[in-house]
This record gives sequence, structure tokens and C-alpha cells, in this order.
Amino acid sequence: MLRILHGTKYDFIKPWRIAIGVTVAFIALGMVFLGVHHGLNRSIEFTGGTLVQAEFAKKPDVGELRSTIDAAGFQGAEIQQFGSDTSYTIRAAGHATAGVGKVENTATQIQAALEQKYGKSNVHIARTEIVGPRVGDELSRNAIIAIVISLGVTLLYLAFRFEWRFGVAAVIATAHDLLSTLAFLAIMRLEVSLTVVAALLTVIGYSLNDTIIIFDRVRENLKKARPEPLYDVLNRSINETLPRSILTHVTVAAATLSLLLFAGEVIRPFSWIMLFGIVTGTFSSIYIAGPVLLWIERRWPRTQGKEGPRPGTSKSAPARPTSPRTPVGAR
Amino acid sequence: MSNLKWRLALIGVLVLASVWALYPRNVKVRQRRADGTFFDTTSYRVPLRKGLDLQGGMHLALEVDDSKGVVANKAEAIDRALKVVRTRIEGLGVSETVIQKAGNDRILVDIPGIDDRERAIKIAQDQAFLEFQITDKTGAFEKALPRLDGIAREKGFGGQVASAAGATTPSASAPLGGLLTTGTDTAKGAATAKSDTTKKNSVQAEKADTATLGAGGPISKLILGGQMPGQFLFERANYDALKLFFESPAATAALPPGKVVRFGSDSTVIGNKTYRSLYLVDERPIITGEYLTDAKPNQSPIEGTIVEFTLNNEGGRRFQRETAKHVRDYMAIVLDKVVMGAPPVINSAIGTRGQITMGGKDLQAAQDLALVLKAGALPVPLRVAEVRNIGPSLGRDSINKALTAGAIAIVLVVVIMLGYYRFSGLLAVGALALYVLYTLAVLAGFDAVLTLPGLAGFVLSIGIAVDANVLIFERIREELDRGKTVRTAIDEGFRHAMSAIIDSNVSTILTAMVLYQFGTGPVKGFAVTLIAGIVASMFTSIFVVRTFFLLWLNRSRGAQTLSI
Repeated sequence: MLRILHGTKYDFIKPWRIAIGVTVAFIALGMVFLGVHHGLNRSIEFTGGTLVQAEFAKKPDVGELRSTIDAAGFQGAEIQQFGSDTSYTIRAAGHATAGVGKVENTATQIQAALEQKYGKSNVHIARTEIVGPRVGDELSRNAIIAIVISLGVTLLYLAFRFEWRFGVAAVIATAHDLLSTLAFLAIMRLEVSLTVVAALLTVIGYSLNDTIIIFDRVRENLKKARPEPLYDVLNRSINETLPRSILTHVTVAAATLSLLLFAGEVIRPFSWIMLFGIVTGTFSSIYIAGPVLLWIERRWPRTQGKEGPRPGTSKSAPARPTSPRTPVGAR
Repeated sequence: MSNLKWRLALIGVLVLASVWALYPRNVKVRQRRADGTFFDTTSYRVPLRKGLDLQGGMHLALEVDDSKGVVANKAEAIDRALKVVRTRIEGLGVSETVIQKAGNDRILVDIPGIDDRERAIKIAQDQAFLEFQITDKTGAFEKALPRLDGIAREKGFGGQVASAAGATTPSASAPLGGLLTTGTDTAKGAATAKSDTTKKNSVQAEKADTATLGAGGPISKLILGGQMPGQFLFERANYDALKLFFESPAATAALPPGKVVRFGSDSTVIGNKTYRSLYLVDERPIITGEYLTDAKPNQSPIEGTIVEFTLNNEGGRRFQRETAKHVRDYMAIVLDKVVMGAPPVINSAIGTRGQITMGGKDLQAAQDLALVLKAGALPVPLRVAEVRNIGPSLGRDSINKALTAGAIAIVLVVVIMLGYYRFSGLLAVGALALYVLYTLAVLAGFDAVLTLPGLAGFVLSIGIAVDANVLIFERIREELDRGKTVRTAIDEGFRHAMSAIIDSNVSTILTAMVLYQFGTGPVKGFAVTLIAGIVASMFTSIFVVRTFFLLWLNRSRGAQTLSI
């Protein structure tokens, strides 16, 4: 049988300081980008405003296109090539104060200006999106609520199925993925749309998946009779699940790459985030979840022996040993 | 053995059910003719619903417009508005429309296939408040003009208007004579059913004394007398300024009590200038659209496009009583505060039937008006909070690209699985085929809407779906390494991998459920696809692959090696 990375004994946890340094630096870089660009590049779903996607019969001159839009009275409009060089999106600045009727007019006026300039048969409006200012605020709020709740639900589930230490470590790893993906968004200047929020949540799910697979192995190894420091158990579990990790990441990356390359412009930001998510998810399962679990273990140790967290339906919370001998009480 | 039979039977039944759920069938769809009317037709296709981003169409979010006054009971108003909007949009006759409430104050409307943005917005948003108001014949407007001029001067408003209209003012008195003679032509037949014998002579006689207003102030300078009492003309260029002026509270207060100004919908060309009209009408309508039971579009050779309406008995009686009181008066038909056509004169009492002339508008406009009149007026004004309009070609393009990406992803996954796991990989690929079938069937069964992010999620889930098999296979390899027999290794492999598979999938499902709860539109579609995908993948990778292994073990009794 074909085997990769079978029976490895790498010390994955050892360089955790370097790994955490790298990821903190990356996130800090992302924050710098955020500061420089005044926040994320949010789509009109969040900012409100008007977006018109125009398909031209032949490649238009960008300068000419811009002057046409300027002449129509939308000087601040963003004009971007969208996929092929005959397709452009025109995004008129957020009309935070204008009535929605006015916003609606924006689309009509842009369309009219384009049709007048290029001729009705040479330009086709493939898509318009008009969003009033209130909708965006609500969406942002809902997106944040969705993320917070999903993290909370995950924490509860893992606390129930594993133990609170595992739950906290997994959630911190996931929060890290969220931060590093946001940094990635900021650095790449990807447009944050609803689809991107969906991708973000997929990344959360995927990374969590990965962490859980490793933790499952840790749970199993801890149950084994021979006592072993958690550090070694973690390393062994990561090594044992390594072939699975590699193979799964490769297949998911293959699917994501084909989305990135062939599924078109609309889905591209989604694919980028997913691709980055595979990397950060794998990274955090090893270098965030692992060290955090170790740290929690040092702070609030389990009692020695084979009383590891029990699997399955065991109600691990009440069964959690809170020995009086424990120096730092588990509150 | 019998266990294996049951397993195979269950898989087979699910396959049959899936095939049945996905089997192409005749689906009733409505299509639009070139003239804007609709007809039913059937099309033979797979019963999977495509979202607006895949088939083209329009998504609208409407919210209560409280900019022009506080709405007392928003939640109740939005419920009633929802019914009205639903009746109207369904009357549009596009199949698979979705009209629903979101939150407490928003109505979401999805109309597939429609590409005329403004038309759809108009149908959904028009308040369609129909009033019949008698035009003023007491010359009250003329008397109020000095006061209006005063207000205009005070605000510095009139000067601006006057300068904008400066070029037109000197000549204003000149075409006035011409205006009178062409009057009969411009009063084109906005007659109610029984009043089509309008005596034009009397019209002319009456308007003679209202003709000269031109002198003096900033407002009166712009306004000419019209062809009937209470009607006044102004140049089209001044429309915005005048509308703004008459909407100001000061101007409203300066009008005679019980009278209001309404602008007309039509414009009139006199000489080389285009005029629009405004009317001074009684504030109290003699009747409103609430009594209306039916409305249908029609075309008449004389009046052009019209909408014929019928009132119910009560409305008819009331209409008759009121019109009997106002014989020889002019009745403005006011829709959403705009006078439709030229007000007809009332010659005798009118009963239950009437009509609204649409001037130069086409039949589609009449059809839309009939639709909104019939559905009733909106209880509150709505404003458009969000519009998303996707052309059908873009949708087709998106589907094609997503299918290409999906096909390539599947090929890659199959190659990886076969290359790495050989025979066992083949079993996993077989299960993956079932996975795709089941997932699509679940989506069809729940009548879920396929969106572009949903398709992307589906493609991604094909990659993720093999994870469970990878876990199991790696586990089987470990057990084989420990020297277990093939049969035991398979059993143990499945058993040990189970907890990891369940925990990871359940946590993903929980995330997807949160996403479904808080997401909108495309994101909801994505969450549904994700959940369907996870459930199907758990079934296929655990149950189906296990069955395949059992089948293989039975066939190759006592196999010593497993290609994995």
C-alpha cells in the first residue's frame, strides 16, 4: 500500500513559540493593513450603495469608462474589472443619507450613461445591486452574532463531548483562525460580501473539524493505561493523524483550487478564503489548540492517573476530578 | 448475511427514492409574451430550484417608509402590506416567486426571471391609493396666489425658480391665446364610462375666465390657467421646483381650507413648449379605491390605453350619490396623489363602473396598474431597502462555470482516492457517487434553492465528504499494522473512527444551523446545502462503505489481504 508520512515521530509542539510568533506577526500585519485602508473592503451589501455590472461587446477603454461615469455625476464611483476584460463593475459610493429612491436612480442613471456612450447594443447590464444603508448595519450585526453564537455552541458541544479544557482550546484555535483569516482578507483586499461571511464560517467549521480529529485521538490516547505527559500524548496524536490530515487537506485543497480557477469571478473570494482556511486551520489545530491545551493543563491540571476525559456519552463535567490535592483549584 | 441484505435494501431504496425525487418531470412555468402578458406552459426538467443568482431575477427588500410621518403600528402594518404585495406580485404571474416577512419591518420579494427592474419595483412599491376628487371651481387658487407669492419671496425660493424660468416668463402671455384654442385637443378623453359625451363647449366657456394669471409674483409668474376650473399649467422645466414648493408646509397652509394641490401625470405640448398641469382639488375624496372590486386593462381606439374598474355595490351607491351632487364638475382621478389623465366632467350620476385613461402609456403599464388597483392600496408607504438584479445570461454563465469546477474537483478527488487507497478507494468513490445523488435528492425533496455559494459549498463538500473515509481507512491501516485479520481490522477501523467522525460532523452541522438562522438569501442556501451534504456524507461514508466492505468480505471469503 502507498503510504505517506507513516509512523512519523516529529516533535510538532516543540517550535510552538516560533509558530505563535509567526501567526501573531501575520495578524499584526493584517491589522496594520486594516488601519491603512480604514477597515475591510466591504461589499455594498454592508456599506449600502449601488453596484452595476456591465458587460461590454468589446473591451472598453478604462479611462473613457471612468470619464463617462464621472460625467454622469458619480465622481467617487469605483470601477473594477470583473473577470474578463469586457466585464466591469461600477460601484457608486454609499448613499448613507440619500433616500433609497435616489439610490435606485443611481443605477438607472449609470445604465443610461453607459447606453448613451457605448450604444444600447454594445453594453449589457448583467447585474445591479442596490442596498439601503440600514440593511448593511443589520447584516454586519447578524454576521457577528452568527459567528459568536456558533463559537459558543461549539464550546458547549465540546465541553459536553470532551471536557471543558478541550472545548476552550478548540474555540481559541478557531478564534485564531477567524483573526488570521480577517488579516488575510485585509492584506489581500478581498471584498467582504455575504458569500465571504459564508466562507469564513466554513473555515471555522473546517478548522474545528481538524482540531476535533486530533483531540479525538488525544482523548483516546489519554485513556490508555500507561501514563504519559500530555505533551507527548499531543505529539503522538498529531503524528498518528498526520496521514489523514495530509490526505484530507489535499483533497479539499484540490476541490478548492478547481473552484478558484474555474468557478468564475463571483465565487473567487470564497475560494481564496477557503484555500487560506485550509492552511490556517491545519496550522491552528497543531500550534494553537495544542499549546493552549498544554497551558490550560499547567494552570488547571487534571489529577494524575488514567482519569482522562472519557469519551462518548459520559458526562465528563461532573466526573471531572477536582482533587483537593490540586494546588491551583479548578475554581 | 441477512444483515447485509437489509443494508443493501436500504441503500437501494434510498437510491430509488433519490432517482424518483430527481427524475425530470413536467413543471408548470409561466412565461412572458413580448407584450408583457403571461401564459402558462410546461417544461420538462429536473425539479431542482435555482436561486436568483443562477437563473437571473430580482430580489427586493421593502421596508416601512416612516420618513413622511410616523407609522403607528409597524408590525401590524407590515403584515397587511405583506398581503397586498403578495397579491400584486403573484398577479404578475411569474412562477416560483417568494414573498416573505423578514424581521418585524421588512418584506422580502424574490421574482425569478424578471429583468425589468423598475417595473417590478413600481408594482411592489406603488401605494395605489385611488381617490376621486372634485376640482376647485371657485377660483380659490387664484385668490391664494398672492399669499403663495409672498411665501415664495420670503423664502428666497421664488427668485430661484423665476431665474430658472426667466426665459419663459416674458412669452408666457403670448401663447395663452393659442393655449385656449388648442384646449380641446389636449383634453383628450379622460372620461368615465358614462361621461364620454363631454360637452367641450361648456369646458371652454368655463375656462375663459381662469386664463390670465401671469402678472406679479414668483409663483404666479410661472402658472397659466388651464382648460377647466381648478387646472393650471406650467412649463415642464419648473416641475421639480414647483413640486418642492407646494410640498412645503408653508405653501400647504396658505391654500384655502379643504383644498389641496395635486400634480397631473400627463404633459401637453403647446406650440414648441411642453407643459404639465397642477390641480386644486377638494381635499375630501368623493370616493376612494377601497370599494374597487375589479380592474382590467383595455385599449380603446379613441382614448388609448385605459384601465376599466368596477366598484362594489356599496361603493357604487356612494359614487352615484356623490356624482349626482357634482354634475358639471370635473372629477380628478388621483392615484397616489397624482392626477391620472385629464379630469373628466361629470354629466350625470355615475354607478359602479368607470375607467382611468393612461394617456400614451402602453398596455403593460395598464396591466400593472390594474394589478395594483385590484390588490388594494398599501396600508403604509414602503421604500426599497435593497434591490439585487441578476441578468439571466450571468446566471447561466455561473452555472456552467460551477459545473466545470465541480466536474474537475470530482475528477481530482477520484484520482487521489484511487491512487492512494486503490481498491478501498474505489469503494469510497462508489460511495461518493451515492453521496452526490443523495445530496441532490435531499435538496430537491426539501425544495431547497440552489444558489451559487450553495453550489460552491457542494463542490467543497465533495472534498470534505471523503474525510470520513480517509479517517476510517487510515484507522483500518493501523489495525492491519497491529496484525489484525482483515475482517477485524475493518470492524475496528470503523468503530474507532466513529467518535471523531460524529464529533466533527455534529459541530459542523451546529455551525451550519446557526448560519441558517442568521443568514439571508444566498447564505441560507449555502447552509442548507452544507447540512444536506454532511448528513448524506455521514450516511455514505459510514454506512454505505461499510456495506461495500461486508459485501466484499462475503464474496472473497477468507481474504487475507486488503487493498487499502
